[in-house]
Amino acid sequence: MNERFSKRSATARQSGAMSNPNSEEAIMNAPKSRLLLAVALALASVTVVAAARDDLLTGYATTAKKADPAFAGFSATRGEAFHRKSFAGGKAATPACTSCHSTDPRTAGRTPTGKAIDPLAVSVNPGRYTDPAKVDKWFKRNCNEVLGRECTPQEKGDWLSFMLSQ
Amino acid sequence: MRLPYRSIALGVVAIAFSALLFQRAQAGGSHYFAPVTDPVVKEECGSCHLAFPPSMLPAGSWQRMMGDLKNHFGDDASVDAATAAHITDYLVANAGDTGGRRYGDKLLRGTSTTNAPLRITELSRWLREHREVSAREWQHKDVRSKANCVACHAAAERGYYDD
Repeated sequence: MNERFSKRSATARQSGAMSNPNSEEAIMNAPKSRLLLAVALALASVTVVAAARDDLLTGYATTAKKADPAFAGFSATRGEAFHRKSFAGGKAATPACTSCHSTDPRTAGRTPTGKAIDPLAVSVNPGRYTDPAKVDKWFKRNCNEVLGRECTPQEKGDWLSFMLSQ
Repeated sequence: MRLPYRSIALGVVAIAFSALLFQRAQAGGSHYFAPVTDPVVKEECGSCHLAFPPSMLPAGSWQRMMGDLKNHFGDDASVDAATAAHITDYLVANAGDTGGRRYGDKLLRGTSTTNAPLRITELSRWLREHREVSAREWQHKDVRSKANCVACHAAAERGYYDD
């Protein structure tokens, strides 16, 4: 993606200079427009990343509404409580999310085999939740291990909202 | 002219011997197991535990393991079919009795390649190498699991399992 962007910005620069080769104004404005372009591109990539997360939340909301017509949105506070809660339905070794992930989502967790798990909070780990297949895979595995069942769309959305707020 | 056969033979033996030693040294001795280089295998096998070198088990063990990821030593480690096929191909191609032979040879000594255990830690050679490790050490809070190689073998991620 970066390569494509830089190529595009190079052409933009070139064509800008060519359309008005002797204009002092064009030369003076060049750095500013380049800066603007950079900001626009940065914003665009942030939007793409954010869009992937929004799509996830929208998807959970749609299925949650289908399951329960009284569905009234997601709550980060509920997500936080869910993250810390101990469940009895799953495996004894992993009663809660925090059995492996750390209680503070901004710090790293640890698997039973000693591997570090990157923080869950988006603020310290901006790449999180941008690959829907990966999110699905881990919800499926981890909900089974901790709760002994799949998580509901409401639970997934609440939990994700908590991580996005962190 | 009479060729000095004896000296030539001696020379050839000397060269062969040093070549053998050199290969050993290059591979980091008998405690080197080439780490996983495939990015998909690294990600899928390495997110819960160290992505164990394929040369530590024979191809048959990897195939059986990959055939039942839903019950992966008590955990559900299932992946989609395409990913599973990719991982299996890599593990089989680099297994201790196929492509990774020169690394896995010693560890798999005394192990049947057709009826090998799925756990590396059940290989007879593994057990022998670790017989001096006490139960207390295994239960140490920084070890906890026999799959946590890195707790003692600091360079395990790079393939070195000395000390």
